[in-house]
Amino acid sequence: MEPLVELRNVSFRYGTAPVLDDVSLHLHRGQFAALVGPSGAGKTSLLKLVLGTLQPNQGDVAIDGKSLRNQPAPHVGYVPQLETVDWNFPVTVEQVVLMGRVRRDGWLPWHSRAAKREAHAVLERLEIDHLAGRHIRNLSGGQQQRVFLARALIAQPELLVLDEPTSGVDMRTAENVLHLLADLNRQGITILMTTHDLNSAAAHVPWVVCINRRVIAEGAPEDVFTDAVLSETYQGEMMVIRHDGMIIVHQKPHHHTHRDILPDPVPGHPAPRTAARSPEPAEAPVTTEVPHAVAG
Amino acid sequence: MQWLVEPFQYEFFRTGIAVAMLAGALCGLLGVYIVLRGMSYIGHGLSHAIFGGAVVSFVMQWNFYLGAGLWGFLTAVLINQTARRTRIGADAAIGVITTASFAVGVALISRYRRFTQSFDAALFGNILGVTWDEVAVVAGITVLVAAVILVAYKQLLFTTFDAEVAQVYGVRTQWIDTLFALALAAAIIASMQVLGVTLIAAALVIPAITARLLTDSFDRMMLYAVTIGVLCGALGMYVSFYVDIASGATIVLLQSTFFVFALIVSGLRHQAGRRLAHVHVD
Repeated sequence: MEPLVELRNVSFRYGTAPVLDDVSLHLHRGQFAALVGPSGAGKTSLLKLVLGTLQPNQGDVAIDGKSLRNQPAPHVGYVPQLETVDWNFPVTVEQVVLMGRVRRDGWLPWHSRAAKREAHAVLERLEIDHLAGRHIRNLSGGQQQRVFLARALIAQPELLVLDEPTSGVDMRTAENVLHLLADLNRQGITILMTTHDLNSAAAHVPWVVCINRRVIAEGAPEDVFTDAVLSETYQGEMMVIRHDGMIIVHQKPHHHTHRDILPDPVPGHPAPRTAARSPEPAEAPVTTEVPHAVAG
Repeated sequence: MQWLVEPFQYEFFRTGIAVAMLAGALCGLLGVYIVLRGMSYIGHGLSHAIFGGAVVSFVMQWNFYLGAGLWGFLTAVLINQTARRTRIGADAAIGVITTASFAVGVALISRYRRFTQSFDAALFGNILGVTWDEVAVVAGITVLVAAVILVAYKQLLFTTFDAEVAQVYGVRTQWIDTLFALALAAAIIASMQVLGVTLIAAALVIPAITARLLTDSFDRMMLYAVTIGVLCGALGMYVSFYVDIASGATIVLLQSTFFVFALIVSGLRHQAGRRLAHVHVD
């Protein structure tokens, strides 16, 4: 069967800085996959190559067998990082959702009744129909995520691409978003997302791809999330605990000497009293509590 | 009511008020997109660049509207492309390209000193010298720009909200940006006679930012910005007539007054909202 998304020996760089090096990846119809890796590993760049907004320096990206050279990806819904949205922009939830059907819209400046009905149906499906008239700033993190998901769904996508859908929201909301994505995947939508939350990915996403400029490993979380693979991906010592069918990923505590932690005392001043701690590494993955459910 | 009718006995007032209202509507309409795109400086830069184009058109004996319009459009496209394709930010690109273009105008004026007088009008506006033919051109540009905005309304809204995502959803953002640059160049040329190069930027930004303070709705923001632009154009002409001060400056000062008023209203509304929230919490 021909893959829906195909990256063939893709290399990409910003200026002279290499971001992705010889990446080959396939995503078949109906798959639900998460890209994991440290910040700067090239996850968002890979998503943008799949969306067609970036072009590879080498290799080729194809959706449904068609190369994306100088054309946007067809039938794709995209949910950007919430941090990139201008929340002060004067638009309502309904207006944002209707933007998603711009490809199917005519040249009239107003939306037809059918289009509005469709928007309300999608909002109802995501249980936020009552927010249609509200300004996007006046929403909770979970509601904001659902609004942009609704915009993606109204585009009737075969492929749903999400950039860190669980970042910037609380743990419970992140769980709900992942449950929702699993539901959409069961309804036939292929999903590709990035995440820093390895534990949630292990619990909810059936296929993970570890990248750090190149693909380190890919497969089911139970096969891929090992000390060796994650340590190579994150360039630090990682610990994977398996308990009662669950996978818990943790950064191994790094033991510092007294000299590592405390700054040199300023002459004439007493040294500050600092409790011994394990400083977070700059690119530590998000580690959460044990997920409530293991879904597939 | 005599004071309302009296100025209309003068031809210069009739043409002046017509062109001031049209330019107010035009700048208000485009200003909404400029403010929401965070490009407030482009009006200032582009008006200066077009001044260079106007001087070149005069020297080359080209039609003013075509020559200056083409110059302005190419400048806007050049700014866009420089910002997109190089590591130079949009603000720096505007600074370099438009100032260089303005300098071309100044250099040509210093070389051919004979037409300094007419370019004073371009710099500071000469609304009282507008003819009916010029009113017709400004009216034509206003209708054309309004039509473009209506037809490309959804694409423009999405591109202004998030250009990169709009591209993913099939909006040809490069075309939309080019179309917008064309409309902006046309609007600046149309407003040059009314406000002059030095005041156009204010007329593009103030009505839109005032409207933004008054509403959270995009459609209402457009309506308010156009209304403020038209109202200040008309009122500015009356004040200018009776107080005998430059009409371009009067229009901009009135717009600034509206802005201060909106700032106060928005501040009071914000405070009332917070008080209401406290009541609900209690």
